[in-house]
Amino acid sequence: MELLWRFLLGGAIVGAFALIGDVVRPKRCAGLFGGAPSVALATLAVTVVHDGPTYASVEARSMIFSSVGFILYVYVVCRILASGRGSAAWVSMVALAIWGVVAFVAGWVLGGSSSA
Amino acid sequence: MGAGRKQQRMIPTVNVAALRQARWYQFVLRFVLGGIVTVCTGLVAQHWGPVIGGLFLSLPAIFPASATLLEQHQNEKKRRAGMHSPRRGRDAAALDAAGAVLGGFGLVAFACVAWRALPVLFAVGALALAGLAWLVVAVSLWWLRRHW
Repeated sequence: MELLWRFLLGGAIVGAFALIGDVVRPKRCAGLFGGAPSVALATLAVTVVHDGPTYASVEARSMIFSSVGFILYVYVVCRILASGRGSAAWVSMVALAIWGVVAFVAGWVLGGSSSA
Repeated sequence: MGAGRKQQRMIPTVNVAALRQARWYQFVLRFVLGGIVTVCTGLVAQHWGPVIGGLFLSLPAIFPASATLLEQHQNEKKRRAGMHSPRRGRDAAALDAAGAVLGGFGLVAFACVAWRALPVLFAVGALALAGLAWLVVAVSLWWLRRHW
């Protein structure tokens, strides 16, 4: 049941932010919604109900570090696409590795500091 | 006249007609992807705990799909107008990514506020405050970039 709630809430919030991004002009302003905290809002809302606010707060602290990975990821995608190399699908998929590396390092550092 | 036009471009507007150009499957795809990513984030947290699970709160899983749809949409529009260059679609996706960079700084603000506010405020208030922090930071950066 919890997973169903997560699915519905996540889908609804992601869909809502994407919808706002579709109708807002100019385009760069609409792009802001590509960096909206849609998954975070849905996840934290369900997590608070099931595991409590302290648990959700720990998740939010980890998110600070992976958000830096998000910024690096979209920056690199923006530069490559602006230079005219590669399609959006290819570039945005391959560059996910950048986010992955930042998240892995953050997980390693935070995981180590939590267990210490 | 030029200054007036520039001022006009500074104010974000809502173009509801853009929704009519979108295809129904684009909405379904985003809904399903958003749901799947949220479920996966929850499962990761259940298995590896909140420290690792929290990292996935800013996973850019929806971004590749959105950028691809945007590129296809722009290219299709140009093709209907008799132009066959993929450049326009890539430029639109690059512009979207440039906006997402600013939104990313808002994500950091969102996470910082949620981290500090969740243990001390009501959950709804804490998440609303964090959402407001995202909006203020993202829109302020966008405004600053347009202004300077």
